[in-house]
Amino acid sequence: MIELRSIHKQFGTVKALQGVNLRVRPGSIHGIIGENGAGKSTLMKILTGFISRTSGTITFDGREISLKTPEEARSLGIGMLYQEPLDFPQLSVLDNFMAAAADGNPARQQQVLARLCEKFGFELKPKACQEKLTVGERQQVELMRLIRDKCKVLILDEPTTGISQEQQELLFEALKKLRDEGTAIILVSHKLAEIHSLCDRVTVLRHGKQAGEQERPFDEKGLLQAMFDTLPTKSSRPAQKKIGRPILRMDTVSTKAGRVGLHQVNVTINEGEMVGLAGLDGSGQSVFLQIAYGLLEPEQGRVSTPVAEKDVVMRVFLPADRLREGLIAGLTIREHHLLAGKSPFFLTAASGRTTAEQAINTYSIHGTPATTAERLSGGNQQRLLLSLIPEEARLILLEHPTRGLDVQSGQWTWQHLRAHLPENGAIVFASPDIEDIMEQAARVLVFFNGRILLDRPTDQTSYREVSLAITGRV
Amino acid sequence: MEISIAVLSAGIAASAAPLLLAALGETLTEKAGIINLSLDGTILLSAMTGFVIAARFDSLPAGFAAAAATGMLSSLVLVIISIYLGQSQVAVGFALTFLCRDLAYFLGAPFARTAGPQLSISPIPLLADLPFVGPILFHHSLVVYSSFLALPLAWFFIYHTPQGLILRCVGENPEGCWARGIRPRIVQAAYTLIGGALVGLAGAAFSLAIKPGWGRPQGCEGIGWIALALVIFGGWHPLRVALGAYLFGFLQMLGILLQDVFPTIPAQIFQVAPFPLMIFTLVLIHLGRNSKGKKLLLLRLLSGNAPGSLGKNYRQV
Amino acid sequence: MDSSASVSRAGSTLLQVIGIMILAAGAVCLLLIALDFSPTAIVGAMFSGSLTSWLKFSQTLSIWVPLLLCSCGLLFTFQAGLWNIGVEGQVVMGAIAATILLRLPETTLPPTLILIGSLTAACIGGSLWGILAGLLKNRGGVNEIFGGLGLNFVAQGIILYLIFGPWKRAGIASMSGTDIFARDLWLSMPAGWRVAPIALILAISVFLFSLLLLNRTRFGLRVKAVGINARAAQLFHIRPERYGLLAILIGGGMAGLAGGLQVIGVYHRLIPAVSSGYGYLGLLVVMLAGYKALPVPLITLFFAWLAAGSIQLPIMLQIDSSLSGVIQGACVLSALLVHGLRSVRQR
Repeated sequence: MIELRSIHKQFGTVKALQGVNLRVRPGSIHGIIGENGAGKSTLMKILTGFISRTSGTITFDGREISLKTPEEARSLGIGMLYQEPLDFPQLSVLDNFMAAAADGNPARQQQVLARLCEKFGFELKPKACQEKLTVGERQQVELMRLIRDKCKVLILDEPTTGISQEQQELLFEALKKLRDEGTAIILVSHKLAEIHSLCDRVTVLRHGKQAGEQERPFDEKGLLQAMFDTLPTKSSRPAQKKIGRPILRMDTVSTKAGRVGLHQVNVTINEGEMVGLAGLDGSGQSVFLQIAYGLLEPEQGRVSTPVAEKDVVMRVFLPADRLREGLIAGLTIREHHLLAGKSPFFLTAASGRTTAEQAINTYSIHGTPATTAERLSGGNQQRLLLSLIPEEARLILLEHPTRGLDVQSGQWTWQHLRAHLPENGAIVFASPDIEDIMEQAARVLVFFNGRILLDRPTDQTSYREVSLAITGRV
Repeated sequence: MEISIAVLSAGIAASAAPLLLAALGETLTEKAGIINLSLDGTILLSAMTGFVIAARFDSLPAGFAAAAATGMLSSLVLVIISIYLGQSQVAVGFALTFLCRDLAYFLGAPFARTAGPQLSISPIPLLADLPFVGPILFHHSLVVYSSFLALPLAWFFIYHTPQGLILRCVGENPEGCWARGIRPRIVQAAYTLIGGALVGLAGAAFSLAIKPGWGRPQGCEGIGWIALALVIFGGWHPLRVALGAYLFGFLQMLGILLQDVFPTIPAQIFQVAPFPLMIFTLVLIHLGRNSKGKKLLLLRLLSGNAPGSLGKNYRQV
Repeated sequence: MDSSASVSRAGSTLLQVIGIMILAAGAVCLLLIALDFSPTAIVGAMFSGSLTSWLKFSQTLSIWVPLLLCSCGLLFTFQAGLWNIGVEGQVVMGAIAATILLRLPETTLPPTLILIGSLTAACIGGSLWGILAGLLKNRGGVNEIFGGLGLNFVAQGIILYLIFGPWKRAGIASMSGTDIFARDLWLSMPAGWRVAPIALILAISVFLFSLLLLNRTRFGLRVKAVGINARAAQLFHIRPERYGLLAILIGGGMAGLAGGLQVIGVYHRLIPAVSSGYGYLGLLVVMLAGYKALPVPLITLFFAWLAAGSIQLPIMLQIDSSLSGVIQGACVLSALLVHGLRSVRQR
């Protein structure tokens, strides 16, 4: 039995976990459910010693353990299957299986691998290169490695993201077998369906705090309510703007880029629309935005801007990882404005200062024109990015516009976007927050495994329908 | 004709030996994800210390040991400033290249053109008398034999031992190793030091065997860069790296031979020519490999990928 | 608040510089003492060898000119995030290109015109050589370090071929270079000077031009953006590959000019070692300057002084002149060490 008591974790000033308790019995599957950013992954990384906790105690079979390094977790029999498999892509399946194994004999290890494959119905070629495998197969390799090491506590982080239906069934069968053999399994998930079909008990996390706990049979409504903040009233949604001509069209667009790629996407975005992209992280929304902007070329299909020929559609893209992908660390607010706007060739220390000062006032950025981007807080970085959008922009693409922002900054961002939705343009944003989408967007596209599973005006769908579609149920 | 081919091959094997040692050392280091760019300087510095110590104590083993220690000391700087303090590997390696080079000239100046011991040829009894194969493989100095041995050993170690697997894993994904209970930075530091020791031995191989003596220039200048290029364009595989080293040895021998054939062309050209020829052969192979038509079997055989985290410093959380 | 922050930042920078200097000087002094050399005697010899007369100081300046030019060129490539190791080859190709015009058969063209032409050719030669490395990177995916290195070896091969082949000295070819150019094709140098005033003016102008272009133009800002974050730069409609190529074109041109000036103003002939390693030394300079333009003239002057002063060492104290390189390398490594310690402490 593993027990976590009052776990706290702080990253700088951000409180990722605030007093979480968890008890997992051997021979059971315990679900951890919550939104993106609820603290699930952080909690699991603490349990595997990958990161250290700020405070709190962990006991294993009644004995208190420090759990400071993965080495220690491993020797105790705690193993984790990471969402993005932490494996070695260029090495063979067998090498991946053998890495850091106690017994390094390839012939014996190959036998063990074959035996485990047979037991769980996996089909893996030991000599194949890990890189060539699907996410599901990579996961199988990792899973068998953990089983070989006699893992007593098995943690799975969103294991069904990006794997096929058959692989999912195999995985679930394997997990049930392991449970029956006495392993304690922790399943971190976003998807209610998985919790339903597998778990004996579930803990809900929200904003780093425990928001509920249930035994089987689960009350789905109760779980949803615990997962998300209370649903806002629909009246707050802005009046629908007039829908104009098409501004961006994707015809059967497919690509292998990203975690799950994009498959046969047909979408038309029209003038005056505010479109929200819902889905689990990495279900295709980000690839969709990058293709829409032109950072990625689709492998199949066509992206067109079907407005009049001479009519140029100016696009802007605000990525989720603002400092790494959107802003240039080391350059000041003034310099960002100089880069984004039409600046003269020769610059002085004063050029762009007025524009920057105006932007700082209008967008209430906490900084001076000489403040560099990396010194701004997350909210102010987002304000800076918003302030850089030129007036003539017609297609504004945003990835997680409120990620890492406090409530006020988030609200401010939405207000600003709504107010500045151009008459002849459109805004498309991806958000992990269903409420945000239902509240802000006029239309929602739900992504699941690289496909668009649902495409509806938000007033013709429900919170429940969207949240089910996110977990793959229509 | 048969004899001249044998002589040529023996010459190639001998002149490629130090290059091979250095390139294998760098292969080990880069397999762990660390670029040690300082090879050219480190070889020179350890060539100097190797020569000076061997001369001072009149002991060849002492010379080789001192050279290996010099190589490790130089790579220790990289270990500290890059692996543990997070500064750019390229920047540190580059500064180290020039520091080591000038340190070698500075410290070695009093010993330039002085007499010193030299590793003699030790033919292997019986085997050396074999026709054709004998002179190519068994009529060399210990340095050349050890290069013959180092190649299969490195290959076997990297691809067929548990430690070698950990080495490859760390270079590929240090985070994955951390999750499996391995400490990536210690592994990286270890292979940077081991690689440095081999590079140091390569330096001593020059000053005590292949181009005996110390002076300015010593004659091994530029070899470090060739070794680096060999590792990268040889796809981080010891056998392909060795192929490149022998190709370079061949080009150098060819230069010497052609010098006699074309006495009108100045000798300096033949001395320099192998360097650009080598680099551009490697670049051409690389270009051929990158082009979309990956049809040629030869090019496919030569292709190899960089370790996943090469050149990036791992930051432990 | 802002000014006090900038004062404290300046203070910490100063503290760092002092730390680096103490570390480097300390390490080198320890080495010298261990070797039973007197550091003070060495510093004294270097001072008296380089600062006691204008003639001696102008010797330092004659090294400062090519070093400053190379460093300025490298500022552009470093700002664009490129390791332009090909700078040595660019110096050599500049020198060769300059020599081509100077070796034209007797013409009626005024010498001044030929000199201007040959310096222009030097810039173009360096630029083209730089662009080659850039294209190898953009089109072929060849890392600029190895592309540049290969091109350095090629340039070395070409210059040797020319000196020992088509351009060989009347009589015998030798490492001492080509025939000396006609007197009217030398850069004029007042008596008692070791550096041509024109070369000084050119170097200072190139530095001011670099400062202007890097810090006071849209172009410089874009290059900087590409160097820091090529991915984000794309979102500002900047094409990273294009700016990388432009940076190497400018950098190559400046390195080429350095090569041309060495030929016209210093050696008055083409010699195999025309670059004297100033390109590589420039890399160390810019690294030590933290990739910023402003400290470059001072650091280059310091490095040039070390190089000029150390020439006296073998004669006066029987110490090898490569001591200057040891000090230069120690400075850069100390800087990296100090930055590293600081970044770890801030974490």
